[in-house]
Amino acid sequence: MKILADLSIGAKGEMLDISDNLLEQKLLEMGCTPGEQFEVVRKAPFGGPIAILISSYVLSIRKEDAISIEVKLLVNE
Amino acid sequence: MSSKNLKIALAGNPNSGKTTLFNALTGLKQKVGNYPGITVEKKTGKAILSEKVLAEIIDLPGTYSLFPKSMDEQVAQQTLCNNDNEDYPDVTVVIADATNLRRSIFLLTQIIDLNMEVVLALNMVDIATKKGIVVDVNLLSRELGIPVVAINARKGKGIVALKEIIIDSIDKKPKFPFLEVAKLFKGVIEQANKIRGVENNFASFMALCKQKLSGEIDNRCALNQLCKIEEIIPERAQAKETVKRYAQIDKVIKSTVKKGTPIGKYMLTKKIDDVLIHPIFGYVVFLSILFLLFQAVFSWSAYPMELIDELFTNLQQFTADSMPKGMLNDLVVNGILAGLGGIVIFVPQIAFLFAFIAFLEDTGYMARVSFITDKLLRGVGLNGRSIIPLLSGAACAVPAIMSARTISSWKERLITIMVTPLMSCSARLPVYTLIISLVIPADEFLGFNLQGLVMMAFYLIGFVSAIAIAFFMKFIIKSKERSYYIMEMPSYKIPDWKTVLYTIIEKVKVFLFDAGKIIIAISIVLWVLSSFAPGNKFEQIEQKWAGIENAEIQISADKLEHSYAGIIGKSIEPAIKPLGFDWKIGISLLTSFAAREVFVGTMSTIYSVGDDDIRSIQKRLADVKRQDGEKFFTPAVGISLMLFYAFAMQCMSTLAIVYRETNHIKWPIIQFLYMGVMAYLSSFIAFQLLS
Repeated sequence: MKILADLSIGAKGEMLDISDNLLEQKLLEMGCTPGEQFEVVRKAPFGGPIAILISSYVLSIRKEDAISIEVKLLVNE
Repeated sequence: MSSKNLKIALAGNPNSGKTTLFNALTGLKQKVGNYPGITVEKKTGKAILSEKVLAEIIDLPGTYSLFPKSMDEQVAQQTLCNNDNEDYPDVTVVIADATNLRRSIFLLTQIIDLNMEVVLALNMVDIATKKGIVVDVNLLSRELGIPVVAINARKGKGIVALKEIIIDSIDKKPKFPFLEVAKLFKGVIEQANKIRGVENNFASFMALCKQKLSGEIDNRCALNQLCKIEEIIPERAQAKETVKRYAQIDKVIKSTVKKGTPIGKYMLTKKIDDVLIHPIFGYVVFLSILFLLFQAVFSWSAYPMELIDELFTNLQQFTADSMPKGMLNDLVVNGILAGLGGIVIFVPQIAFLFAFIAFLEDTGYMARVSFITDKLLRGVGLNGRSIIPLLSGAACAVPAIMSARTISSWKERLITIMVTPLMSCSARLPVYTLIISLVIPADEFLGFNLQGLVMMAFYLIGFVSAIAIAFFMKFIIKSKERSYYIMEMPSYKIPDWKTVLYTIIEKVKVFLFDAGKIIIAISIVLWVLSSFAPGNKFEQIEQKWAGIENAEIQISADKLEHSYAGIIGKSIEPAIKPLGFDWKIGISLLTSFAAREVFVGTMSTIYSVGDDDIRSIQKRLADVKRQDGEKFFTPAVGISLMLFYAFAMQCMSTLAIVYRETNHIKWPIIQFLYMGVMAYLSSFIAFQLLS
């Protein structure tokens, strides 16, 4: 198990669990359901948001929020 | 068949093409307002569905689900879930992006489960097909149990078919629920139905999850009790339901969508993003775009603004000459026409700024701007998107504040609105120019022109104080909304010019009609204050100067001094004396409220300069002496005056637009007060230190 915030660009993974309740509901509704695969495509400079490609669209999340997202690492680049 | 007036709601995710479809359906027959009591924009329009059927289309705020996380989304929920709502639709059209079907039909399936009359408008099916994503529209319609129409909102394809299907769908509920929510929570939903006295499983589920639907207040206790007995934790139940719903959606997608390479569609966007969100080039490009935007609002709009100014001057002249002389003539010319001119003059700036913003928004670039600036601005309570209002505030706060609409968090938007007027706008420029040329010597300082340096310092003061106040307000303004930054980064696309054009028209209309009313009213008040005097003072003045040739200038100076405005100016003199100002400046401060640049005109009237040319005013002011024979305009007075203009909220147009945008009189008042206090204190300190 890994934390989304720790992944580097190019890493591919699978959504597992989101520990923050409010965040969880919002992300679930946007299609980040457990088992859904994603790829980290961008990281904003200065520790800004992270962008992931999931469900064929790009979603950006603050790094602080990505700390509460647990993922399974599939491919690390 | 009698003609019907249907209510149609348009729902969908942000970036799904909802606004484009709305424009395609309604054309220019649109109305923009606010929902009562809140600041969410309400867009409605009229559409002709057939010869006999007219419809009112409500463009609901973009949302991902019926469980709202922001005020915008709450409006969508309340409209769709509450059949007492005045906008409760006869038919709901959900627009979904065919290239991103999984996420975009989530909302649709919730609406189906509310058992509402709903139609799916599947946008960009043609583009999806080109990208290897083939959607079987007929099968999708069968699987969902509702009508599905393939459209391309931009090209206007499928709109006729959509209109027909909307008419066909009146009173036709979905054939079956999408997700049997009752099966997920055995017996609980049925009990909730009983408590609510409504046979609607999904609505009852929403109510169980603490959503406030119609008449829910009475049932709250009973529903909470039910949750307790059945050991239902609303958050968990909601998460469970969402996961199940997606599982069901995935099944439907599997049978109806044939996918090529899903990553392929991201490739072009990825290449563009390599530059636009690059750690160095990203900011370079952004700064260049800002520079261009600033140029557009500041310089390009100068020509049409001059034209408007000239037009109104001529119109005023013409009216003054052609109407019978007297009070009414003066009211029309110097009250109403001057006020109108003061409003219309903003139109070019608003048009240019929103042309840019709509363009950047529509191409998908704005999402990238937030992405690269979020971290930097969030620290001071602002949002990545605050950068546009802040910097365009350096041209004019009015369009800048209107552009804060793109900030989704209410708190961050409010802070942006509150601090934007601190940026040195173009109306402060003539004031600064006049005073700097008056009190700052044209010497060199470290190889730079000192006057130029002072000018720059004042622009910097504006920016720094805006950031500082934002940081301060971050801790003061309380917000129930959690500041999220979970945002879709849409693929780049060529902007839809129609959308850009419609945005410009919409913003100009909002400004002219909503803020315009307030501005006209204040203009008339200011006119009354400066053209009336107690008793027969004006007659005495005219008698005094009677027979003396070319005395018009002195007469108007004399009249202004004894008018109500003059009286106010004199009565506030004790208060502004510690700042180094006399009653003459007091009058100018008062009249500046119409617009800051009026300062120059008022100073020229009150010092009887005769014309508004800055150089001749400067010469005249340089000669003004104090009672002790010393120069009145010392650097101390000048700096104090400039600081006052830098901070004081002396612009009724801005106050009017802040009222319009925040929908509460509290915010413009707070803004007026805090900026006033800042202006007074900084001028006081500067004058006392320097003199």
